[in-house]
Amino acid sequence: MADGRSWSYNRGVNKSKSTQMCRNTTFFCLTVSLPAPPQATCVQYRLVVRDVNTLQILHLYTCLDQIVHMEWSSDSLFILCAMYKRGLVQVWSLEQPDWYCKIDEGSIGLVSSRWSPDGRHILNTTEFHLRVTVWSLCTKAVSYIKYPKACQKGIDFSRDGCYMALAERRDCRDYVSVFVCDDWHLLRHFETETQDLAGVEWSPNGCVLAVWDSCLEYKVLLYSLDGRLLSTFSAYEWSLGIKSLAWSPSSQFLAIGSYDGKVRILNHITWKKVTEFDHPASINNTKAVVYKEVERKPVVGSADLSIQQHITMGSTLFNTQSKYEICPLPVQVPVVKPDLDRANPKVGVSSMAFSSDNRYLATKNDNMACVVWVWDMQRLGLLAVLEQTSAVRCFQWDPRRPRLALCTGNAKLYLWSPAGCVSVQVPAEGGFQVQSVTWHCSGDSLILLGKEQLCLCYMEVGEEEEEDDDVK
Amino acid sequence: SMSSLRQYSQSSVLPLPMTRNPYTMPTISAFCTEDNVSECISYINREVSSLGFPLLCTESNNGPELNLVAVLNNVYNLLQLHRRCLQTVEDIEVEQVKSNSNMDYLQLSNTRLKDQLELSKRENTGLLERERQLQLKVKSLHNCLKNEKEEVQKLQSIIASRATQYNHDMKRKEREFGKLKERLNQLLIDKKDKKQTFEVLNYVGRSDGKRSLWKTGKTEARHEGEMYKTLLNDYDSRHKDLLMENAELKKVLQQMKRDMVTILSPRKPKDEVCDSSRESLELSCEHAREQLTNSIRQQWRRLKSHVERLDSQASLVGERANMNAIPKEVHEEEMDRLKLEIQQYKDFIHTQQQLLQQQLNSPCDDETASLLNDCYMQEEKERLKEDWKSFEEKRKNFEAERRNFTEAAIRLSHERKAFEEDRATWLKHQFLNLTPFGDQMKPQMSKSQSALSGCK
Repeated sequence: MADGRSWSYNRGVNKSKSTQMCRNTTFFCLTVSLPAPPQATCVQYRLVVRDVNTLQILHLYTCLDQIVHMEWSSDSLFILCAMYKRGLVQVWSLEQPDWYCKIDEGSIGLVSSRWSPDGRHILNTTEFHLRVTVWSLCTKAVSYIKYPKACQKGIDFSRDGCYMALAERRDCRDYVSVFVCDDWHLLRHFETETQDLAGVEWSPNGCVLAVWDSCLEYKVLLYSLDGRLLSTFSAYEWSLGIKSLAWSPSSQFLAIGSYDGKVRILNHITWKKVTEFDHPASINNTKAVVYKEVERKPVVGSADLSIQQHITMGSTLFNTQSKYEICPLPVQVPVVKPDLDRANPKVGVSSMAFSSDNRYLATKNDNMACVVWVWDMQRLGLLAVLEQTSAVRCFQWDPRRPRLALCTGNAKLYLWSPAGCVSVQVPAEGGFQVQSVTWHCSGDSLILLGKEQLCLCYMEVGEEEEEDDDVK
Repeated sequence: SMSSLRQYSQSSVLPLPMTRNPYTMPTISAFCTEDNVSECISYINREVSSLGFPLLCTESNNGPELNLVAVLNNVYNLLQLHRRCLQTVEDIEVEQVKSNSNMDYLQLSNTRLKDQLELSKRENTGLLERERQLQLKVKSLHNCLKNEKEEVQKLQSIIASRATQYNHDMKRKEREFGKLKERLNQLLIDKKDKKQTFEVLNYVGRSDGKRSLWKTGKTEARHEGEMYKTLLNDYDSRHKDLLMENAELKKVLQQMKRDMVTILSPRKPKDEVCDSSRESLELSCEHAREQLTNSIRQQWRRLKSHVERLDSQASLVGERANMNAIPKEVHEEEMDRLKLEIQQYKDFIHTQQQLLQQQLNSPCDDETASLLNDCYMQEEKERLKEDWKSFEEKRKNFEAERRNFTEAAIRLSHERKAFEEDRATWLKHQFLNLTPFGDQMKPQMSKSQSALSGCK
């Protein structure tokens, strides 16, 4: 949908009045746009568009309410700003700053809003998932899609933007509808053999649709584009099932992460399991390299330091240096035993990502939240294990190269590549906590989102030197 | 007659032939005759008196006189005695019969008891065996029970987690339902229904610049067509990929087969390899594929046995390689010796030069001295030249030798290392790939699941 030369991120302050404690929560939402110089930031009610390289403000728009969700259109000409509370969506044009578009869903409410792949239609999901309204920016045509399902991932667009798969539920049965995004023509509509459909995802080549069941039943159904059931895969019964799913970029592999802490890889020819990756608590007998983050505590000086020095020392105390050490096998990975009495227990493989060259798969097992596992897809074996000092919040592969960036909520950025891994201190004042990491589509820069701050990190081509920019 | 009587009197027991039958009397004719009456009488008297009976005959003036009363008494006594003896014998005989029968009975009962004991022992071992089997069964049942209990626990925990999940989902749905009801109430009360509105300054063009088309049956058909085109393109490309992979794999297999054949029989003429050209033409044929895989399996088996043989030889070679270390030490010594020689030669040359200088510097009459010097010099020079030449040769030889030695040593160590590595990899392959063409194809060979296994 985007190969973004520019960025957009927004930050809003949400004062929730209903709770007794008045909490200020700030949040960022980041979307990558098409090749265009600008970068958009939202600050509360305002939408700020900046140039990515100079961070100079290009446009400034004001919305009617606090922006919850913001999205660039696929051709980077428009920005959608959604305000769920008011049920409003406002669209701004970058070519014509005085162009406006406002969609008010009225009493029917709004829970989610997104662009269609052609960048000219907006899909609004009403409250209670009553229906999906397709608004067009080109014509007066409005389409309604009934009975959308409220689940983990109910809508997915194919990568080429031609087709949309929508999960539906009517009469206590699950269905999938395939629409042609061109004119929203219903191409196929079929019932799925799921108990409670949890999500749909197109393969990157757009020919296969993966449909998976809720965690109460381990079941993945693979449908061809024309609605034929190609295969069903179920690893086991009764125990909690699928937690996450990821296609490899070449569509050759489908990785299924489940609550039993394993990732099962299916191949696209027979749809049978090729291998399964386990995340054991003690690692031995493997060719993998285990990197462990080790913090170097700064030496606190003696009492006769002046106050000024103490203050500067204080900020460095927050920012303890750390480096990676290679641990010899066998290694014991810290495991947090989850509370199994609660629903959606913190166990199982919750996030997986393939690198863009298909060679690597990064996974995270929730009961070993400090560890990221990197698997070699050629060898189908474990390649590296990164053990961090705190829980990994987010990891993402460079869109161009086999380089993984991750963050753990402290003021550091961690990078892994087959050559090794490095821990980079973010040179920010105070407690800058990196909550999430997003790559620019060229792979030349990274954006680090914190609670109230944002940091742009540029990668030097050749050497990995970073320059950081703070944007408040 | 006297002698026969004496014979009889000397023995305390009458040596008359005793027969078994106690009732037949022994012949008494031999004991007393007309001649030995008195001896008999005296003998009988002695015997009788020893038994406590009155004397048979007393001595009187007229000669021995038989006391008839005594004789009758004696006879009576003797008869009584005899009767008693017979009785005793009878009793004893009865006793003997009784004890014989007792013994028989005891023997019988003994054998019977032994048999019984044998039987009981066998029964006992049988029972012990049964008990052991039952113990085993009990243990296995315990294990089963433990497994079942674990299974039950696992299922219980699964049920518990499912129940929490269900409850959680139900609560979520209930909350949503509550919100829906509230909204519905609100809408009923609210009367004014805020409709959806869409405000836009002006409609924009499509991103691809084309004009949107009306939805007709033709567009539907077009969509279907495009969808199938996409699918077909995908299948085509996959088919092409698979064909390419197949061709590559077959090439690899054939190469492997050729290699294996050459390894196993390097001297044989390569007739079998010529088959490959034929095979390459018919590779798509099922029969040719089977042939290829079968021949590879065959070669692989041969190679495996060959490697096993090599492996057993490897240990021997390892020992032999150690022996080459000894000549190396000798070679070192040789080198030291040669170095010493060189040093000696150098010193020798140096002293020679010194002497030569001295010679030159020492005074002597000009011509002869100079001639002599020249001659000496010449001689010396010649000798030195030769020495130098030989020394140079020796040095060159030594250098060449040293080079050869070091090269040989290096080559040897390389060969050893290569051999060790080879052995390690073959062993590894052997262990890992015991059935290389079974149902599992190594994923290293191809990204996708093997097409070969699918074609079986």
